[in-house]
Amino acid sequence: MRYHLNHLKELESESIFVIREVAAQFENPVLMFSGGKDSILMTYLAVKAFYPAKLPFPLLHIDTGHNFPETIKFRDDLIKKIGARLIVGSVQAAIDKGMLREEKGFNASRNGLQTAVLLDELEKGKFDAALGGARRDEEKARAKERFFSHRDEFGQWDPKNQRPELWNLFNGKKQYGEHFRVFPISNWTELDVWQYLAMENVELPNLYFAHTRKVFNRDGIYLADTDYIMKRPHEDVLDLKVRCRTIGDMTCTGVWPSEAETIEDIIDEVASTRITERGGRADDKRSETAMEDRKKKGYF
Amino acid sequence: MEYQNMELLRFTTAGSVDDGKSTLIGRLLYDSKSIFEDQLEQVKATTEKRGEEGVNLALLTDGLKAEREQGITIDVAYRYFSTPKRKFIIADTPGHIQYTRNMVTGASTANAALILIDARNGIVEQTRRHAFIASLLQIPHLIICINKMDLVDYNEEVYERIKEEFSAFSFKLDVNDVQFIPISALLGDNVVDKSQNMDWYEGPTLLYYLENVHIGSDHNFIDCRLPIQFVTRPNTDDFHDYRGYSGRIAGGIFKKGDKVILLPSGFTTTITKIDTYDGELEEAYPPMSVTMLLEEDFDLSRGDMIARVNNQPTVSQDLEVMVCWFHENPLRPSGKYTILHTTKEVRSVVKEIRYKLNINTLHRDQEDKEINMNDIARVVLRTTQPLFYDGYRKNRITGSIIFVDEHTNETVGAGMII
Ligand SMILES: Nc1nc2c(ncn2[C@@H]2O[C@H](COP(=O)(O)OP(=O)(O)O)[C@@H](O)[C@H]2O)c(=O)[nH]1
Repeated sequence: MRYHLNHLKELESESIFVIREVAAQFENPVLMFSGGKDSILMTYLAVKAFYPAKLPFPLLHIDTGHNFPETIKFRDDLIKKIGARLIVGSVQAAIDKGMLREEKGFNASRNGLQTAVLLDELEKGKFDAALGGARRDEEKARAKERFFSHRDEFGQWDPKNQRPELWNLFNGKKQYGEHFRVFPISNWTELDVWQYLAMENVELPNLYFAHTRKVFNRDGIYLADTDYIMKRPHEDVLDLKVRCRTIGDMTCTGVWPSEAETIEDIIDEVASTRITERGGRADDKRSETAMEDRKKKGYF
Repeated sequence: MEYQNMELLRFTTAGSVDDGKSTLIGRLLYDSKSIFEDQLEQVKATTEKRGEEGVNLALLTDGLKAEREQGITIDVAYRYFSTPKRKFIIADTPGHIQYTRNMVTGASTANAALILIDARNGIVEQTRRHAFIASLLQIPHLIICINKMDLVDYNEEVYERIKEEFSAFSFKLDVNDVQFIPISALLGDNVVDKSQNMDWYEGPTLLYYLENVHIGSDHNFIDCRLPIQFVTRPNTDDFHDYRGYSGRIAGGIFKKGDKVILLPSGFTTTITKIDTYDGELEEAYPPMSVTMLLEEDFDLSRGDMIARVNNQPTVSQDLEVMVCWFHENPLRPSGKYTILHTTKEVRSVVKEIRYKLNINTLHRDQEDKEINMNDIARVVLRTTQPLFYDGYRKNRITGSIIFVDEHTNETVGAGMII
């Protein structure tokens, strides 16, 4: 068929449309950059959306201070390459200033603290739309998320009070003080993301590819060995060939035994894997509705 | 790579409560291996907690906490699965009466509508309602799954009777392509694999149909329309005089060198370049996102439209619209609403409510004109500025609008231009 886009190009076109709508409808948008493949994809799509002009909005990274060093390097290289502006919100700084209190113990994570810093940065920057790389296939609570997700003045998400979205008409109108989260890659699945990144030859952090690393096993999930996590006596460190399926805070991002060294290997692996990406995130294990609860509080 | 030849198909699912919709979707996801082990574990645990046996596939598609507690679905939820041929997006809409608005929402972008009927009950009010909405929203393909065939001994007569009954009322609707499939969502007959119990059925299984139904002509490739999202002006040394009009093609096939007309100004000019990050294109068609460069510089901006000189949309401040109302507060006669249409925003006033449609009987009620949530009505609007539109039947993008409340900014209604 001649006049026909494959599923990846159609998803791309939809996402570009949404990103352009954000630039057109909002005064002061920002792109939330986590360092993971989804936000790398979103950044790549945004570059396409505005080509040959530069991104008309900055990237915002909430740095927990517990990131993989590779993530930070990749972020800085990317920013330089596309000539974008970067804002960093620091969880460490918020803790140092006494604005936040750190969790203690074996399962201590800064994930919860991230939300407070994010909301603070959004308010400081007076951003009226924050682009996020969340996808609907990630988790049950996200299956109903809109492209344009309305937040009240406290940054809260009310599942009952979301605007219906029809055709490609996105209603970003808002009262003073309210803002939107926008999810341009809502309709992509994990497999779509990998297939697209392969098709387009997009550069990715090495963390996604199998490499040998010191890890330990906690409750069935491998975590990278780092000073940021307190180990229990029986949690022995071993050398293992692993890769990340998601990249987030080191304290709660699981790594997976894997031999996948290229994107095509990853596609094969993802196509045959039977565990969701989030299955490897300690923060989602806490309860079945963990994601939903955090979301209501303003998490991504 | 094989996956570079896959297509995208969007479909809605609708059915009355307990027709087996969740079970069917659960089965499609499960049989196409789109369910992950940890999701399955969760469902198993929940099944057990509820004191039920085995794995309740229906739980896979359950959404938010409140709903899980109430045991009902109350909003549109999107699900994804794929086969080597196609990627599917399901807009799963709840069955009960008051949620016409969700069905309309899910239907707005769908290529196909899947309607479930319980073989024991046959056609019910909801079936008519769903079929009507599918036709109103101009979903190109309708799939009628007659479910729970196992409970009627896989009897051909039951299937034939329901099929006839459906055809008897659907001829009044604007649907062209209808496929009937007898299935058992619970046991899997004719869902993915051909049923061993219904030799008399010679048609496709549900999945085969979804994988093969022709969707290549679901877009409008005839009437060239590009609603402008914004003007791209890099202002850099490399692209000093660059001025491009960015947007997503809503209809037709634009070619480099085409003579085009700019609306609302009416100026004509020529396309000099169709630009993308991936390089220049010779032609652009729906649903591509592109940036178009023109021979002369005009003062175009968001909300303007590029069309062909000899094929222009209607330019008018008066529209006749079928509206589906979404809000608790009824549509106000003579009320003022903001209208979003393509990339344009205008104010409007409701000049007249012509009739309210009873969507079960298709009766046009010209007496009772109170338009409440989930009602469908024909109204006349006048806008503050002209819109560039086509009839919804001709183009679902340039023929659709939403109503926005001027005070709360909520989306309160959806309209299809006649
Ligand atoms: N015997 C039989 N039962 C079915 C079939 N499909 C669904 N059911 C049962 O019908 C009930 C309602 O199904 P469910 O999927 O929850 O319906 P929904 O309300 O439409 O989502 C459940 O008890 C299912 O197990 C079928 O094909 N055959």
